[in-house]
Amino acid sequence: MRRLLWPAVVLVLLLALNVFFTPSFFSIQVRDGHLYGSLIDILRFGAPLILVALGMTLVIATGGIDLSVGSVVAISGALACLQISQDAGVFTAVALALGLCLVLGAWNGFLVAGIGIQPIIATLILMVAGRGLAQLITGGQIITVNSEAYKVIGGGYWLTVPFGVLIVLAVLGITAFLTRRLALGMLIESVGGNAEASRLAGIRSRGIILMVYAFAALCAGVAGLMISSNVSSADGNNAGLWIELDAILAVVIGGTSLAGGRFSLGGTVLGALIIQTLTTTVYSIGVPPETTLLFKALVVTAVCLIQSPSFREKAFRRRGRTAPPSPAHEEKVRVTA
Amino acid sequence: MAVPAPVLTMSGIGKQFPGVKALDGVDLRLSPGEVHALMGENGAGKSTLIKVLTGVYPADTGTIELDGAAVAFGSPLEARQAGISTVYQEVNLCTNLSVAENVLIGREPRRLGRIDWKRMRARAAELLSRLELSLDVSAPLSSYSLAIQQMVAIARALDVDARVLILDEPTSSLDAGEVEQLFMVMRRLKEEGIAILFVSHFLDQIYEISDRMTILRNGRLVGEYLTSELSQVQLVAKMIGQELDALERLHGEARVFDRPLIEARELGRAGAIEPFSLTVHEGEVVGLAGLLGSGRTEIARLLFGADHAGTGEIAVGGAPASLRTPRAAMHHRIAFCSENRKADGLIPDLTVRENIILALQATRGWTRPVPREQQDELVGRYVKALRISPPNPEHLVRDLSGGNQQKVVLARWLILEPRLLILDEPTRGIDVGAKTEIQRLVAELSDGGVAVLFISAELEEVLRLSHKVEVLRDRRLVAELPNDAELTTDVLMETIASGGRDS
Repeated sequence: MRRLLWPAVVLVLLLALNVFFTPSFFSIQVRDGHLYGSLIDILRFGAPLILVALGMTLVIATGGIDLSVGSVVAISGALACLQISQDAGVFTAVALALGLCLVLGAWNGFLVAGIGIQPIIATLILMVAGRGLAQLITGGQIITVNSEAYKVIGGGYWLTVPFGVLIVLAVLGITAFLTRRLALGMLIESVGGNAEASRLAGIRSRGIILMVYAFAALCAGVAGLMISSNVSSADGNNAGLWIELDAILAVVIGGTSLAGGRFSLGGTVLGALIIQTLTTTVYSIGVPPETTLLFKALVVTAVCLIQSPSFREKAFRRRGRTAPPSPAHEEKVRVTA
Repeated sequence: MAVPAPVLTMSGIGKQFPGVKALDGVDLRLSPGEVHALMGENGAGKSTLIKVLTGVYPADTGTIELDGAAVAFGSPLEARQAGISTVYQEVNLCTNLSVAENVLIGREPRRLGRIDWKRMRARAAELLSRLELSLDVSAPLSSYSLAIQQMVAIARALDVDARVLILDEPTSSLDAGEVEQLFMVMRRLKEEGIAILFVSHFLDQIYEISDRMTILRNGRLVGEYLTSELSQVQLVAKMIGQELDALERLHGEARVFDRPLIEARELGRAGAIEPFSLTVHEGEVVGLAGLLGSGRTEIARLLFGADHAGTGEIAVGGAPASLRTPRAAMHHRIAFCSENRKADGLIPDLTVRENIILALQATRGWTRPVPREQQDELVGRYVKALRISPPNPEHLVRDLSGGNQQKVVLARWLILEPRLLILDEPTRGIDVGAKTEIQRLVAELSDGGVAVLFISAELEEVLRLSHKVEVLRDRRLVAELPNDAELTTDVLMETIASGGRDS
């Protein structure tokens, strides 16, 4: 896969940078029956972002965008913690929280596909209102729960592996199955690549769009459970704050075009890992806190530039002459009709 | 009739695009105070000529003279400043702004750096009154009809001291009354000595308003004629390019069609096509003939459910059917290859294989993927049968040539084994070899009992393939002609030109 090349190169460079500053960076040990090490931390803390970004990938592949996932993260955690604090079972709490997320996602999908509101506006509604909903659920307080079973989701281990990482693997596996083994992926790419042609080929694009928004919200819901479980509390204000932007960034770094069409789940996972590694790097190489955001911005800019074929062409001056005829020419020929 | 000295002369204009000679030695003269029609079929080079004139493209060869002085415009803005204004087919205005803002956008009268609204309204009203329009210039443009909007666009074009006004299909979205209103304005401007270059696909309108016409075909000049001296039949013949050779018909013996497959009764859609009745039998090839914009595509879209019909009903195989969506039509095994394969057919980012199985997959839903072996078998068979090149199913469809892209779309529908195949301009813009292959395929399908609705701007092709020909003009189905020995391209052209009035 050629298009995974650049994100992979960037990730390797970042990891190498870390090894340079922290020689023990790659060491993984087993302590108390748990895998332990910097790489494991990156996977563990990156798990919610990977989940949200996976859902976002499918939404973006249809040519849409979902800004509400951060709020859904907060709502999911808030509802689950509220239920547990009211002595509901962990399974009931998780099921209710994820059920609500599905409904919220279907609402987004309905606004986009059923009513025809632009995705950015349709999901902005829930992005803003969802924070309010989360605060309503928590009563404006931070709900703290004390449940060992709930704690497992974000903080537990199974067979030495962090439970969150296992959840990510499971969701990634299911998503890959639905999209690549079944025909969902092709239909999503078709709708995102050319909506009118897809309609004329008999594809029910509404159902597909509804499904991807519901899926994105479900992924965000699971991420929300993970985040609140990890700290055993729900914070309606700050849980999942700005995670939608990181998720969009992860999708873009992974090589999926914001215009829709072809998507790459592997690229998205790489993108999310790059973002998480970057955060770790900032701490491990001791970037001063006041320049952290600037440092991140510089790296992301570099990644995006190196991903762009036209930038690479200009910067490296290769393939300049042998490039295939640019679409601009075709455009001109067509308008003579 | 003495022709006054031309205000604008274009001579020997040539323009080459990669792989296409868009214009080759074209001349155009515009005299002050005349309406000059620029005529030609789709792709004849009208738009390119206008774009060369207004500085969108530089000309490769030839000269442009304005008032006897050679000019070469680098941009539409320069052309406009020199007095050549253009109003395009789609109204390029901001409907949410007021009429006055639209007329004077970019040149608002200012005082102390701020917009002088009072003067702006007065100036806009003055410009509109020149067109005998009195509008509330502070009302949003959207509160007026399309015709008024079109005239606001003209008013904006005339604000600069225009001597040449180019109207590129200004009437295509107007109704008869609105067209009359527009013509009144055009006549008034003509009296003021402005030269108007008018492009329209509606022949009646050309004959009503224009004084002279220049005809292009395939990027070449056919000639310049006085409208009063050229009959409609002659015009159509010159636009299409007459070939009087005997035509080889692909269908040998006459066949009897007695099993109706699709019957449309008074099917219509306001603004697109007037109610028509049409019956297509099993195994029958029905040709749709007519100029561009005459309603050919609209009929196809109604029969496929791509647009909703406003009136009338459809029966499939004798039973009433509702074709509200493409899916419903596909359920009745109707397939539609659209005219614009880039916009309505292909998914450019997907591979040849994915594009071919797309419709089949859509009918199965996403939970039941077409097994990979079956995909490879079907795709392989059609790539071979239609000679799609390169014969690699994993190639991105965007990289294929036009003819091969067309075959990919065809293959997508053929694997569904349709009972009615609607082909809208399937041979446009593809090379001769691919063209013959597609024609042969149509004949084979018909022999196998598939009904085909065949739309093409090339009358020879329609004649060669069809068992009967439906003639369209100005969004009306005007005649149905059996394709017998007496039907020739001349008769067809005659019918298109006369609107079936004397047949």
